[in-house]
Amino acid sequence: MKRINNPGIRTARRQLAVVLVALLITGLAGSALAACSSSSSSSSSSSTGTTGGSSASPTSTGIKKGLVVYFIPKDTQNPYEVLADQGGAKALGELGGKVVVSSGTVDTAAAQIPSIQAAIQAHANAIVIAGNDPKALCPSLNQAASAGIKILAFDSDVNCGSAPNHLFINQADTQTIGTSEVDILAKEINKTGQIAILSAAASATNQNSWIVYMKQELTKYPNMHLVKIVYGNDDPATSLTVLLGLLSAYPNLRGIISPTTVGIQAAAQYLNTHKSLLSKIVLTGLGLPSQMKPYVLDGTVKEFELWNPSNLGYLAGYAAAALASGTTSLATGATFKAGSLGSFTVLAPSGATGPSVVLGPPTVFTAANVAQFNF
Amino acid sequence: MSSEIAPPAAGQQAAPHVPAGDAGPRPPLWHRALRWETGLVVVLVAALVFGSSESATFASQTTLFYAGINIGYIAIMALPMTLIVVTGEIDLSVASMLGLSGAVLGDLWHHGWSIWPAVLVALAVGAVGGSLNGLLVTKLGLPSIAVTIGTLTLFRGVAEILLGSQTIPTASDRPFPSWLTNIGVVPVSGTELSYTTVIFIGLAVVCGVALHATPLGRAMFAAGLQSEAARFAGIRVARMKFWLYVFSGIICAFAGILLAAQNSSVSYNAGFGLELNVVAIVLLGGVSIFGGRGTILGVVLSVAIVGSLQMALTQMNIDPNVQQIVIGGLLLISVVLPGLSRGARWLGTRPGSLRSGHKPPWALSVRHRL
Repeated sequence: MKRINNPGIRTARRQLAVVLVALLITGLAGSALAACSSSSSSSSSSSTGTTGGSSASPTSTGIKKGLVVYFIPKDTQNPYEVLADQGGAKALGELGGKVVVSSGTVDTAAAQIPSIQAAIQAHANAIVIAGNDPKALCPSLNQAASAGIKILAFDSDVNCGSAPNHLFINQADTQTIGTSEVDILAKEINKTGQIAILSAAASATNQNSWIVYMKQELTKYPNMHLVKIVYGNDDPATSLTVLLGLLSAYPNLRGIISPTTVGIQAAAQYLNTHKSLLSKIVLTGLGLPSQMKPYVLDGTVKEFELWNPSNLGYLAGYAAAALASGTTSLATGATFKAGSLGSFTVLAPSGATGPSVVLGPPTVFTAANVAQFNF
Repeated sequence: MSSEIAPPAAGQQAAPHVPAGDAGPRPPLWHRALRWETGLVVVLVAALVFGSSESATFASQTTLFYAGINIGYIAIMALPMTLIVVTGEIDLSVASMLGLSGAVLGDLWHHGWSIWPAVLVALAVGAVGGSLNGLLVTKLGLPSIAVTIGTLTLFRGVAEILLGSQTIPTASDRPFPSWLTNIGVVPVSGTELSYTTVIFIGLAVVCGVALHATPLGRAMFAAGLQSEAARFAGIRVARMKFWLYVFSGIICAFAGILLAAQNSSVSYNAGFGLELNVVAIVLLGGVSIFGGRGTILGVVLSVAIVGSLQMALTQMNIDPNVQQIVIGGLLLISVVLPGLSRGARWLGTRPGSLRSGHKPPWALSVRHRL
């Protein structure tokens, strides 16, 4: 190695390198290989879920044995989707098939594409995906469909038109989710004041369609003003940062709706440690009972809602198996059985949503019932 | 100075006009073969063998195509980054520029522009963004790491303002033309290579020739090794760096257009966080973060390693966090190993230096050897 004669330059370069390497290591640990993606495999038929007994006979319905269904959540850490994936694994376990869970570590379309490719190369029978983007996944999904793989979306729909055609497993009627959260908040803040929304990624399909209905419902409450929508990217730290920005920009804020489990938990945690804010600001949204239980019991949050994510994955698993076995179709009115959840009917396309099935209305959780739920 | 596990004479090869090297005798052949690139070839072969043995579908043309889809647009951004790092600077705004270019393209398309004018404006935005970086670094003399962290957030912010939560084309928009979006699903005819792969190879040849076979390339190495000396030797260091930033801006904008075509859509967060992948690829390729060292061949090999490892690990259903650990580990090795080898080389080639008070480049190894 040659000595650099100017020690100043050398020191500066050293410092630059130290900063950069530190940056890189942090980044790699957190998010660097966004394009990297992958998975854990599970073929569990254990009854750890909350979906009741596995009494449904796997042989009675003409469902093929040994089906392989790829579940591609938004990322591999989202606790809500981990539960949904377990529900899917339970369904396929009952049917003698297998679920492979595969995704990236960050909520981007690019991180999900390698998982779709892996499903194609593994000759999977169906893909159940929660889209990080309504459009960017379509070319890859269409390739999968051409390879004979049935495409389903859950949690967050993709919007691909007919390329490919797919079935959307709707957690609950989109409109009801949007309007009911506004109604809950309206009740708690006496229909008056500034409100804000703490959402996930700005490109998340589900969030945006709920927000459309929230805005629509707000026209019923002329004294409630939506001042800002902020995006926490389903990351606790980011959610907290944008929440703090929101609180400082709008000191008269009365209510926050966070229609994401990550956002509502971050906000609840903050409000819980800042009691002065707690007297002014009402928080509601979509949350996991297990995570929100302490905040509901101590009064930080009075009401929030959600459907059972495990049931959602379970329904998606049964729908995927039925489509892959040819025992149901995307035609309006087609039916299939979903194990312990009973029978479901494919609904007609409406608006941006193609053929879909709806799990059921969301459950409202309060201090009275939150302890009864274990997801 | 971490690029080559090579004798000091290699420094001469890189920058012969800079009076920095020992003009010692030519070292033996085995010593010259011990380059960083040789190590990369070994790692690449190991990655390919590993992938083929662990995954039944790895050794297929489809894998090659998919790997191109997944890493091609990232790899393209690594080429101008290599040139910039060789001159001793850095550009952390690359992924944000990719996102901004896509956002501009999408916004214009949303407002009824046809595709070619929209593409040209997106590329022009790349040039403008690049020249902003270049001006701040060369005219104001600000540190490039600070400047480009600033423009990283600036460009992404503008992209978010342009598109907000929309994904373009929206339901009411025309879809992008299919000849363009086909690059995401169809390989170049007659091959199994993605369009981005072919473009990357073409661009790598251009950059390789420019860096290794032209006076301009020598000037880049010279600027990276000793900026002042290069300036006194008549090289217009500032002007060269400025144009490299413009080049980087245009290429990243181009990558943004390619990604938009591949995905048939754009959203403001396209390529979020990829600047770290780009820097990782460049450093793993043996380009010294201190400037003045590195080869395009090394970066190409590094792209191949990262791409094949990612495909193999994905096909094997390895947890994505473990994949990051693997790539992060490789990167750390790529930073540590040249230090080790320098230490060994220093002992081997300059036996008297210790007594004459020169500090060894990797002190621990020397102490260990003593």
